[in-house]
Order: sequence, then structure tokens, then C-alpha cells
Amino acid sequence: MERIPILRMGNYLLVTIQVDMHDKLALTLQDDLTNRITEVNAKGVLIDISSLEIVDSFIGRTLANIASMAKVLDAETVVVGMQPAVAITLVELGMSLPGIRTALNVESGMEYLRETVTGHEESDEDDGDSTED
Amino acid sequence: MSKLLSAIQQNREWVLQDWVQRLRQAVRRRDLISDRELESEASEIFSVIDSVPAGTTLEDFGSAGWQPLKEMLAALSISRATAGFTPSETAIFVLSLKPTLFALARQNWSKDANDLFVEVSVANDFVDKLALYTTDSYIHGRDQVIARQQEEMLELSTPVVTLWDGIVALPLIGTLDSARTQVVMESLLQAIVQTNSRFAIIDITGVPTVDTLVAQHLLKTITAARLMGAECIISGIRPQIAQTIVHLGINLEDVITKAKLSDAFRLALERSGRKVTRADKANGSVAAAPRGV
Repeated sequence: MERIPILRMGNYLLVTIQVDMHDKLALTLQDDLTNRITEVNAKGVLIDISSLEIVDSFIGRTLANIASMAKVLDAETVVVGMQPAVAITLVELGMSLPGIRTALNVESGMEYLRETVTGHEESDEDDGDSTED
Repeated sequence: MSKLLSAIQQNREWVLQDWVQRLRQAVRRRDLISDRELESEASEIFSVIDSVPAGTTLEDFGSAGWQPLKEMLAALSISRATAGFTPSETAIFVLSLKPTLFALARQNWSKDANDLFVEVSVANDFVDKLALYTTDSYIHGRDQVIARQQEEMLELSTPVVTLWDGIVALPLIGTLDSARTQVVMESLLQAIVQTNSRFAIIDITGVPTVDTLVAQHLLKTITAARLMGAECIISGIRPQIAQTIVHLGINLEDVITKAKLSDAFRLALERSGRKVTRADKANGSVAAAPRGV
């Protein structure tokens, strides 16, 4: 069965969508991703949709769902590299995806994740240090 | 069956000369076209009329035999439209053929009133159709000119300028309608991708009025930019426009607004971790420090 690969980079999960998303694939991604987040205890998820050229309301909603689910599982989601045409389509569909963080490319997306997630980590470590002490 | 066409073909020298003479009197735009050009155009058109395939009649202007003439007239009208002739000046070119044909009919059939009437009405119909076709083509040509200018204006009116590495600005001038918003949105988003900009400043100093529709268009553009990962700042809101926005109940609270482009630029610089300071002159900083303390 067709699947979208989920790569792990330290505390982050990296998803690059290279094929046209259809509904089933999006749902599979949602399942796989939530499972992986709990499995590896990920703190951040980066979804690269720069090669995605067609987005309908369902895919848009699934992306929003994935972000909310990741949030519940204590992971930040950032969607990067949205094409202008896709952005226009989503706006015209009335989907402004308010819950999703966006970034221009993988680089700035990773930067954002590091900034927000490192804060958590440091506080975690601080907590750990203080308990050890 | 009209005998006029064969009469024209038999008397081609005379008809052409008479027509050119009438043209010279009728078309008074020496600034746009010379007599010589007029004459050569007339003789080209006349040679096309002259060489229609056998069986083509003046009554049936829709037949395939007249296609070359139509094409020639269309090209002529479009060139007239771009050169700046008025519609009537363009139509008169064809209409001045009418008296020539009437004169020809009179020469040939003056003995029988019935024949004369038939030929005159055929000539009348034919020239009218030519003139209508010319006018249609002229208007078509004008439309093309207008459409091209509109397109050029759209492109000219939405320049996206790079203010700094990672900061683009879009100075909007003129009223925003749906078609323009589309172009604005596309060019802004394209520029964001190309320049890899995290900040986009939309300056609406040149937008005369902001109503609910314009505001909605702006919000759409901002949302689309946000979806791509860029932050939008609106600047250049004039006092009257601020009043209008509040009176209309438009919610711009989720959008960063600044009064001036410079304020917006400063904010974008700050957010991208940059700071603008006065350049130190030789001992400027040393001299400034004690004053500050």
C-alpha cells in the first residue's frame, strides 16, 4: 500500500509529501504520524508540501487535524513550502487554517521548531537537573 | 441576378479612379494617411473585389468568395483603430464606394428605371454590409487595444519591491477590485517564494477608499501569505480610512497595521532580528556616550 514516509531527525519528525494527496493517503498519514509521535516521543513535526500542487478542502482539513492532534500529543507542527496557487485555493475555499504554523521552506521551518521546541527541552533539562540536584 | 459585379469588372479603371477621387475628398486626415497610401489601399481592395471567383454575387456577402475581402477590410480597420482614426473616418473609406457604384449603375441602366432600381439597391446593400463589417472590425480592434492597455496597467500597478533581504513591500495604488486583487495576490505570493521573504508589507497609501470588499480582498491576500509562511503588515492607513474601517465594522485585529511604511519596515526589521542604528562617525559613539550618561 502507498504510504508517505516519515523520517525521524532527533526529536523531530520530517514528512515530505512528494505525491498527489488523495483522501485515503491523507488519512493513512494522519494515522502513521500520530503513532510515530507517541512512538519516538517527538517534539516537533515538519510537513513539507512544496511539491503538492493540488489541495482540496479535505486535505486542508486533514492537515489542520494533524496539527491539532500533534498539539494534543505535545508536538509542534509546522507546514512549510506551500505553493502560491495552493495558498490562494485554500483561501478561496475559506480555509485559513488558523491552528497551523507555516514557514517558507524546510530551513526556516526547522529554525522555528528549534526555537520553540528547544525552549521546552531546556526547561525539561533544567527540571531534570534540579531533581538530580 | 445582378449584373453590377460584371459591370464593375468591365469598367475597373473608371470605377477605381472615381472611387479614389471621392476618397480624397471624403477622408480628410492628411496627418494620419497620405494620398498615395490611400490610393494603394483602395486599389488593393479593388483588386480583391475584381478577382472574386466566378459565381460569387454581390447579394451574397456571406459566401466564401468574399472571404479575402473581409480579411483585408478587417486588417485595414484594425490598423486604422490603432492609428487613431475615428469610427466614421474608417467607415467613410468604404462608404465612398457607394456613389461610385451608383454612378456606374446610372451609366449602364439609365434607360430602364426598374433595372436601375434593382442595381442601385444591390449596390446599396453591398456597400452597407461592407461598412458594417468594417465598423465591427474597427470596434474589435479598439477592444483589443483597450484590453491590452488594461493588462499593462494591471501589471504596472502591482510592483513588488524588495526592501531588504527577506522583506518585500507592495505599494498599492488605485482601487482594489476582484480582478486586481487576484493579480496582486499572485504577484505578492510569487515574490515571497522567489525572494524567500518572511515579511511582506502592503502599503495602501495610494488606495483611495477601503470598503468591506477591499478589506476582504486584503484579508484574503494576508491569509494566503500567512499560509505560505510569511507575515503581512499593512501600512499607510489614512485617518479617514481608519474611520471608515471602524464604522464598517471590519475586523482587522488579527492583522498588524502601521500608520506609515517606515514604521512597518522598522517592525519587520525588528522581527527579523535586525536593528537600525545611526552609523558611527569617527568618534561619534564616544562623543555620544558621555552625553547619554
